[in-house]
Amino acid sequence: MPKPDNIFTKFKDLPVDGMTKTLFVAITLCLVCSMVVSFAAVNLKEVQEVNKAIDKQKNILQVAGLYYEGIDVEKSFSSFEPIVVDLNQGKFTNEFDPLTFDDRKAAQDPKLSISLKEDPASIGRRTNFATVYLLKKDDGTLDKIILPIHGYGLWSTLYGFIALEKNGNDIYGLQFYQHAETPGLGAEVDNPKWKAQWKGKKLNNDNGELMITVAKTKKYKNHHIDALAGATLTSNGVDNLVRFWMGKTGFKKFLTNLQNGTA
Amino acid sequence: MSQTRKQLLVDPLIDNNPITLQVLGICSALAVTSSLNVAFVMSLAVIAVCGFSSLFISFLRHYIPNSIRIIVQMVIIASLVILVDQIIKAYAYEISKTLSVFVGLIITNCIVMGRAEAFAMKNRPFESFVDGVGNGLGYSLLLMSVGVIRELFGSGTLFGITIFDSVNNGGWYVPNGLLLLPPSAFFIIGFIIWGVRTWKKSQVEAREYKIQTLEEH
Repeated sequence: MPKPDNIFTKFKDLPVDGMTKTLFVAITLCLVCSMVVSFAAVNLKEVQEVNKAIDKQKNILQVAGLYYEGIDVEKSFSSFEPIVVDLNQGKFTNEFDPLTFDDRKAAQDPKLSISLKEDPASIGRRTNFATVYLLKKDDGTLDKIILPIHGYGLWSTLYGFIALEKNGNDIYGLQFYQHAETPGLGAEVDNPKWKAQWKGKKLNNDNGELMITVAKTKKYKNHHIDALAGATLTSNGVDNLVRFWMGKTGFKKFLTNLQNGTA
Repeated sequence: MSQTRKQLLVDPLIDNNPITLQVLGICSALAVTSSLNVAFVMSLAVIAVCGFSSLFISFLRHYIPNSIRIIVQMVIIASLVILVDQIIKAYAYEISKTLSVFVGLIITNCIVMGRAEAFAMKNRPFESFVDGVGNGLGYSLLLMSVGVIRELFGSGTLFGITIFDSVNNGGWYVPNGLLLLPPSAFFIIGFIIWGVRTWKKSQVEAREYKIQTLEEH
């Protein structure tokens, strides 16, 4: 029986190494693979976003000293009130929804950020709007203020939070949730013993001058954090970024307004 | 037949280990072995990628044009790696942060590519799958051994559970900081290769040259 002479049998009889089949295999494979990959990416996106959100909430709980193993993160987090602050005015703003507002994206947007002339934390641009978290007591009064901070260390930008008592001057804690400093040296910023030093230290002296420093030698008892051994550049980075964000280009205006009740 | 399948699975563990004998896939072994949790997830990822890429490549082996075979293999491996990366991000977020770029770098892991090119292109799908898994397991075995040494002596913990109470946390153990840095894995892998070759003499390669003594001339 003669073979039916149609386009499919002709195609089938072509050599595997020929141009037509090579193109066919390449294109089909690319199509199939891209479909598999995009299917996975789209389907898993939701779970990944939830993970990211929970991770951030967990870090906020940790810096506020409320986190322990096996806690229901989302439930405990409900005692925090996220709110967007206008850094230039030092006031709360309703312009953005604090649940969806992304500080990091805003820092890339020329309309929502400023380019820094003096840039000790090496961050390039500073967002005009930052999401802060207010921890309220059961009776609704302010307990702690959690502020986002970031800046460059030795190898990487460190992202973290600083928790302040309601007077806006006493530090309650400091925690980085993302960095890539040297394990065993700079990465000791994650060491609970080192982080414990921050508790009870004061940002400003009685004249309102910013005094907090991370340094080797102890100058001011209430404002001194011991630098990390073997990690001078990471320590300097932390010093610079904390001083930047607590300074007048950072949250100082907001913190002052908050105390005067004009935020 | 079942005997050879078993061999395909077991041989790469010690007798034909991809890292100690063939010295492939060293790069990621340096990067992800400082803690066991991370090394474990990385191992699972490599086993999955290596097994399934061999399986799919073997299915397609008669249809892959010779001129683009490496590209075809890479596309299949890369798609699987992205898939694994997405799954890890969705279900093991903490660990995915530490693994970061190294899951993506499985694409360039010579073991996966090596098995695809050397075995899967010439053998039937099931055998290729077993061979891929076996080589993944061989890689994992070494990864975990290095991980145990690095985490135990580098931070005094295993799987994050404290074994030696380190000085930083008020204990007695002074952690060896070198072990937390990637170069330490080089030394450890070197010692393991030395150990394995002392035990299994057949793995010692023939000398390429011999030092001559004066008397013989």
